[in-house]
Amino acid sequence: MAEFAAKVGIIAHMVRAQVRGQLQYRVSFVMELIGSMMTNALDVATVFVLFSVGGGLGGFGGPNVLLMASLSAVAFSGSDLVVSNVDRLREYVRTGMFDSLLLRPLSSLAQLMAITFALRRVGRFAQAAVLYVIALFVADIDWTVGRVLLAVVAPFTGVVFFSSLFVAGATVAFWWVESGEVANAFTYGGRDFTSYPITMYGGWFRDLFALGLGFGFVAYYPVLALVGLPDPLGVPVWLHWCSPLVAFLAAGLAALFWRVGVRHYRSTGS
Amino acid sequence: MRVPRALIVAGFRRYATYRQATVAGAFTNVVFGFLRCYILLSIAESAGGSMVGYDPTQLVSYVWLGQGMLAVVNSWTMLDLAERVRSGEVVSDLLRPIDPLWTYMWTDLGRGGFAMLTRFLTPLVVGELCFGVYVPDNPLTYPLFLLSVVAALLVGFACRYLIGLCAFWLLDVRGVSMMWVFFSGAASGLYFPLAVLPDWLATALWAVTPFPSLMQASLDIAVERGGLAHGLPAFGAQVVWVVLSLLACRWVQTRAVRRLVVQGG
Amino acid sequence: MIISARGLRKDFTVTRKVGRFRRERHVVSAVDGVDLTVERGELLGYIGPNGAGKSTTLKMLTGVLYPSAGEVTVCGVEPVAKRTTLAKRIGVVFGQRSQLWWDLPLGESFALLRHIYRVPDTDHAARLTRCTELLGLDEFIHTPVRQLSLGQRMRGELTAALLHGPEVLFLDEPTIGLDVLSKQAVRDFLGELDQRGDTTVVLTTHDLADIEKLCRRLVVIDHGRVVHDGTLDELHTRYRSRRVVVADLDAPWPTDLTLPGAEVTAVEADGHRVTLTLDGIAAGEVVAALARAVPLRDLSVQEPEIEDVIARLYRSEA
Repeated sequence: MAEFAAKVGIIAHMVRAQVRGQLQYRVSFVMELIGSMMTNALDVATVFVLFSVGGGLGGFGGPNVLLMASLSAVAFSGSDLVVSNVDRLREYVRTGMFDSLLLRPLSSLAQLMAITFALRRVGRFAQAAVLYVIALFVADIDWTVGRVLLAVVAPFTGVVFFSSLFVAGATVAFWWVESGEVANAFTYGGRDFTSYPITMYGGWFRDLFALGLGFGFVAYYPVLALVGLPDPLGVPVWLHWCSPLVAFLAAGLAALFWRVGVRHYRSTGS
Repeated sequence: MRVPRALIVAGFRRYATYRQATVAGAFTNVVFGFLRCYILLSIAESAGGSMVGYDPTQLVSYVWLGQGMLAVVNSWTMLDLAERVRSGEVVSDLLRPIDPLWTYMWTDLGRGGFAMLTRFLTPLVVGELCFGVYVPDNPLTYPLFLLSVVAALLVGFACRYLIGLCAFWLLDVRGVSMMWVFFSGAASGLYFPLAVLPDWLATALWAVTPFPSLMQASLDIAVERGGLAHGLPAFGAQVVWVVLSLLACRWVQTRAVRRLVVQGG
Repeated sequence: MIISARGLRKDFTVTRKVGRFRRERHVVSAVDGVDLTVERGELLGYIGPNGAGKSTTLKMLTGVLYPSAGEVTVCGVEPVAKRTTLAKRIGVVFGQRSQLWWDLPLGESFALLRHIYRVPDTDHAARLTRCTELLGLDEFIHTPVRQLSLGQRMRGELTAALLHGPEVLFLDEPTIGLDVLSKQAVRDFLGELDQRGDTTVVLTTHDLADIEKLCRRLVVIDHGRVVHDGTLDELHTRYRSRRVVVADLDAPWPTDLTLPGAEVTAVEADGHRVTLTLDGIAAGEVVAALARAVPLRDLSVQEPEIEDVIARLYRSEA
């Protein structure tokens, strides 16, 4: 345990160094901070602009839609803050710079997260978190111990889930450096998917994303569990509470994938 | 015309070599196409069959053409101009007999041509197979749409070129690029048709910003929203923005070069 | 024995375009069965032409690359399996891959490395002071790394690699591209490190002056295999490299003159300049014999060029 704490401390030192470096570009930093907050505001505003057109989304009313959108926003922006820049692994693999991470006595993934950490994304996360708390008050929730726990845990499981995706998407670069935007389809695509009730989607696409890839467990099922609604699509109620399990599974798979990827690293470049 | 043609061909060829990136990009566009298409269709259904005047097949076209145009207009990928300014390589560009503005422009048109054949067509085919797209009534719509896409590409290009020129004044253009990505996504009609916005806001966007010219104008022409009576003025607005934005590039570039000379960069 | 490798191999699969769409895959062995042992305190030159497998070997020894076959232990552990353990016991400078933080002053990078390697304050300070003196870091320790010259950065990299007191130091082309002064500083520093004898150094280089001044032992690798392992002198002997005496004479060279142990390889300037190639004999003897036979005006002895030796070595193996 002490060992783990020491390692976290070292990573914290690296993150602080990273932030100090970024603060040297002050104008860009401020603009990016504002930009990232605006992006988040836009994501949520988009949901509401569309909500206003039909007076509902996929059969859900305002408070529940807000709860789903804000939970999705917290999950995504939280992982965005922690890991989303790991897709820069591609550069590190292409140039061989990944070597320097393997030469230090720390987990290469933790180091990658530390050196690609971008503080400017904190604005977006803070904004989403505030929105989520508001949504919890606005929604009609019959509070029980289980629901309180879920309301607290759900944002974290969402962050873990999206972080796993970001890491898995970046890991592809060990085999396919030119993988480019493919990972975005699942990370940014996943954010869009989870912002809306899944009843809006159709056919195999919905089943694949909601259950196959697990995106339903980021916001949709937890919100059903919180407000105590049955799933119009017939997924049993106990499954609505399974988000932590799904996040745990996703993290395990991503970690495994990463290990295999590092073994496959070829360290080319000059 | 020999130089422009050579540059267009060069741009086309260069992007034709990025085969894997093209496949990866098209795949992503298709996934987002499914997402947006289902969302808009579901809204149209709950709003009683159509959404702010777009019927379901029009919405399908709107989404899938939008995904294709995103790659053609390419407004989210910055030119390497800023990088060249920062490294000083831009000096050698400026010494060539042809203005770098035109070099970049023709090359970008070539890139757009390649994107048109690959990344524009892929989402369109998927959209047609999975949902069924809107087929225009008026044969004039096709050539008008093509011209309109070219105009959209040029507006997008000029705006990105302007951002690149900012590097003459700013140490780092990431912040500006991010603002651009934000507005060019939100206000161009990519996420939703601008008609869902309050009237005053939509009008303001059309009247004083180039953003609707990046996508909304072309998409409206393709789905024949308001017929030619709406389509022709929309195209006209795009042409105006092409001229204005290219003039802005010229003007800013002249000042940037003067600054370079004064500073002895 | 601090490094030991047996039958070390690394295969890469490369795809080559054949025609317009087809691609052919085939396996290339970048390192093809290298055996190597290094004793504690040695300074080893690991040399070979470009693409011979030098860097790939170093990457397997440091735990960056997973070997395709063979056994390797460094500091008694298997590099990839015990990567983080090993990392604390070795120092690495790979020319193009910086260990430093680009946007931070050099000194802050060192402070960070102290945390990362968990070095006690006093040890860190002592090592830093010593490196600062020997490498002259004072002038630029407060400068952001991105503004350093290559030579300054390399001095920083060397320091960074040594701050945790590694048992083995791996250097991949540490002098490549440096200005003359920085090269000298790096070389002197490594010489001093070698003198102290508590750090084992493995060095790859293309710089022949590095080899001559630093490396008592040379391992030459080509096409992924070791083709020579021994001293520089042994290399000369094995490939019969010879010293050359060039003499300017006051009188023309008497064509019938022969000197034992030396071969006349050129007579120029109307017989006033003669070039003799020595065959294992001491230069002094030949010069003395020469001075007895003809009036000498000027004289130079040229050491055998190691470049020639190595070039010959590669040719003979090819």
